[in-house]
Amino acid sequence: MNTSVAHTEHYDPEGSKIGMWLFLFTEMFLFGGLFLVYAVFRNKYSADFHHGALELNAFIGAINTVVLLTSSMTVAMSITAVQKKNKRLAINLLIITILLALVFMVNKYFEWSHKFEYKLYPGSPVVMNLPQGEILFYGLYYMMTGLHALHVLIGMVLLTVNIFKVKSGKVNHERHSLIENSGLYWHLVDLIWIFLFPLLYLVT
Amino acid sequence: MTMEHTERHITPFSLFAKVLIVLLILTTVSVLITEMHFGALSVAVALTVASVKVSLVLIFFMHLKWENTFLRLMVAGVFIIFTLVIIFTFIDYLLR
Repeated sequence: MNTSVAHTEHYDPEGSKIGMWLFLFTEMFLFGGLFLVYAVFRNKYSADFHHGALELNAFIGAINTVVLLTSSMTVAMSITAVQKKNKRLAINLLIITILLALVFMVNKYFEWSHKFEYKLYPGSPVVMNLPQGEILFYGLYYMMTGLHALHVLIGMVLLTVNIFKVKSGKVNHERHSLIENSGLYWHLVDLIWIFLFPLLYLVT
Repeated sequence: MTMEHTERHITPFSLFAKVLIVLLILTTVSVLITEMHFGALSVAVALTVASVKVSLVLIFFMHLKWENTFLRLMVAGVFIIFTLVIIFTFIDYLLR
């Protein structure tokens, strides 16, 4: 074995990409289940859901949609930058992506804390005295946006790992499976939000 | 699929920027249309626009346009199964 040929380590980009997609499918069904519960209760308590949805701030929702869509583009661009051997640009694009994710989370913080001020959180005395449908609406709203926000946080950690890997050269133009699969994860977070936003905020 | 088993396809920056512009236009469209309150129709419109946006993200951002046939069929197949599961379960609920 020639020492200059370092292919003893197992590297299978095709395999890991398929694995990533399989994982993303399970994520789809996880959120799909919640969408189904939402659809059923929205159908059963349409007036309560209508009233609940009016309480949501569609403007913050729209801003967050623009932020997430843009971050999806920057992460996709960072892969192109890695492939073009432009390390500096790739790192900068990843940093922009993380900053956009941070903007999303800060918006989410303001959105939630505004509701908490009015004691509109799951299990609060105010919510428990609302009609049955509105209790369900707030429960689903917090569950769905909360689970989505958790994915945003995990994505931010993944992207941070990628910054260090690109910096150290572990992720490079010949070996970019990690950044591609992290990108796929980030796009899935975007995909889920594309459905969450109109269903929760817009369609009242 | 000429790219198969050859050099990896490198997507140009400009294409990503164009896709983002289309996505932002579609977002504006869905906000404006739902503002008009068409009742049940606005749910249909919102879901249709969302589906178009999701397709764009899948095809361009998630690189499916340049993947091999196996991966593309797998993703398309799972999305079809996913949609059927959601629709059939919801119909099952409605007919109870």
